[in-house]
Amino acid sequence: MVEGESTSGVVVVNELIKQFGGFAALRGVTAEFAAGKLYVILGENGAGKTTLLRTIAGLAQPTRGTISVLGVPIVKQVCSQIGYMAHPSLLYDEMSGMENLTYFAGLYGIGTSRCREVISAVKLDPDLARPVGQYSQGMRQRMSLVRALLNDPMLLLLDEPFSNVDSRSAQEMTALLAQLRDRGKTLLVVTHQPGLLESVADEFVWMEQGKIVDRTSRLRAGMP
Amino acid sequence: MSFLAITRATLAKDVRLEWRSKDAINSMLFFALLVVVIFSFSFDPTAEESRRIAGGLIWVAFLFAAVVALNQTWARELRNQVLDAYRVSPAPANPLFLAKAFGNFIFVGVLEAVMTPLFIAFYKLRALGPAWELAPIAALGTWALVVNGTFFAAMSLRTRSREIMLPLLLFPLSIPALLGMVNATTAVLTGEESARFWIALLVAYDVVFTIACLLLFETVLEAE
Amino acid sequence: MKRGFPILAIITGLLLSFALYEALIAAPTEQTMGNVQRIFYYHVPSAWTAFLLFLINFVASVTYLIRRDVKADILALTTAEVGVVFCTVVLVTGPIWARPVWGIWWTWDLRLTLTLVLWLIYVSYLMLRRFSTSGQTPVLAAVLAIFGALDVPLVYFSIWFFRTQHPSPVIGGGGSLDPRMAHVLLINWAAFLCLAWLLCWTRYQLELVKREIEDAQARESLVEGTR
Repeated sequence: MVEGESTSGVVVVNELIKQFGGFAALRGVTAEFAAGKLYVILGENGAGKTTLLRTIAGLAQPTRGTISVLGVPIVKQVCSQIGYMAHPSLLYDEMSGMENLTYFAGLYGIGTSRCREVISAVKLDPDLARPVGQYSQGMRQRMSLVRALLNDPMLLLLDEPFSNVDSRSAQEMTALLAQLRDRGKTLLVVTHQPGLLESVADEFVWMEQGKIVDRTSRLRAGMP
Repeated sequence: MSFLAITRATLAKDVRLEWRSKDAINSMLFFALLVVVIFSFSFDPTAEESRRIAGGLIWVAFLFAAVVALNQTWARELRNQVLDAYRVSPAPANPLFLAKAFGNFIFVGVLEAVMTPLFIAFYKLRALGPAWELAPIAALGTWALVVNGTFFAAMSLRTRSREIMLPLLLFPLSIPALLGMVNATTAVLTGEESARFWIALLVAYDVVFTIACLLLFETVLEAE
Repeated sequence: MKRGFPILAIITGLLLSFALYEALIAAPTEQTMGNVQRIFYYHVPSAWTAFLLFLINFVASVTYLIRRDVKADILALTTAEVGVVFCTVVLVTGPIWARPVWGIWWTWDLRLTLTLVLWLIYVSYLMLRRFSTSGQTPVLAAVLAIFGALDVPLVYFSIWFFRTQHPSPVIGGGGSLDPRMAHVLLINWAAFLCLAWLLCWTRYQLELVKREIEDAQARESLVEGTR
């Protein structure tokens, strides 16, 4: 891992602006996210949460502003330390879970034994021979999480991990995320169901129309 | 994993996915057969004339079949946003390009292998020149279509009307290659002239554009 | 627009008028083809102008990819559009000339075919710019322009060889040129270059203003948060 200054966080963004033609998805986001913390990012649809995550993951280039991940301004250099999970599964429906994982692990230079480790850590049903397209939504989300964890990343970016997931799976995933946080990882979780993470989150980051408007340590009553 | 290993793994994954969704292969094969039949009804010459125009007919038929095949190989990466999973990983862009190009080469090659005997039968073709030259001509010509086709199919991902953009971009640039393929094939079938110049042209075209594609693919992949 | 523009406009007007007079009246009548041959003074300079514009487009595209300078991108767009216009002139004057002289509408001679392929490549370039949904359309367009430039020598050689195998009438004449005709040709070319410059300048300014408006709108949406 690249050593940064002791005061700078794992992710540092400064006046981050992202525009798609005339529409500004991010209108000047400035924030720091530290190691060993779980952040929940909240906001209405269109607030810029997904765009922020994608920019940090290196999938989108900022229009203006700076971004530094693990002390490095070019995200691609540290992408082996980043795990990304989105609302679509980022998996091939016609391949089995194990085949998917073996392929993606290979992109990071990781072998199949590590795949099995992570699968058991996530407490996934070992029936991985079926094509992913036939999984239940809960299984698919957990498989997607496994894929994001294969490289044991320092920074985890999760976009709507609980979407359409049954409550038991959601609880297990929450416990797992807390464990990862306790091991010193940084987690940025975008979700419309912050209640699920209320007990484990370190900070709630509220976004509105492309800006961060508030950061609280507790979930306010009555907020969506 | 090394560059070659990632290329091989990606190619293996694509072949496996193609094999499993047999609908795509079957419909492509049937399409290829239909093209040959339609051409036979539209151009119904005597045996002597047929040798003169068969070169053109065959390659135009291959071109149309190739475009239909090329369009759908990237479509698979858009389902579930799987392409994001590749882009987020440390794997470089070029193994992805080569794997897609080789996969398309195999796919189009299979279509050609189905169409050629039909053409030979319907048009009573016989090579009056050195028949062995048809093998390098077929390989070089197919690669010429496939290397630029894969590249522009990827570029089309960033446009509206994706399916029509691919031929719009590919056809003008492929004109010298098409001249090469058609005239080389005609030269061998009629035995009236040497195909050597055209084969050299195809080699030059393939070398120039393979290098161009490898140099510029990453730029296109990241141009979100 | 800067003060140079009206001066250029006047010079262009004068040159074009003079060139018109030279081409239609002053130039000697061609021996075999008669007055129809005078279209040569429009056909050939248009081709040269188009090729020059596409060359500038290539240089601008490469510059853009290296330096990501917006002005390079605007120049690339401008020269592509004006180049397509001049190309169209070549493709229209060619058949108009060929029909009365040789009785055919088209011939796959080197210059005409090369022009046609360039026209196709640059029309596809303009379509890419129009259909692209990416935020980085200039990058994609620049890549396509480079591919087009790489293609040109291959197109040239393939057609050249094809022509040596299957000769056909050459529109534009192959033989030597009467020096008085060469003189008129160059005057017309100078006039066309000025016209191309004028058109590019106008289009460039138009695009520059258009982008400034878009930037202003984008900055506004940053502040207000309205979509």
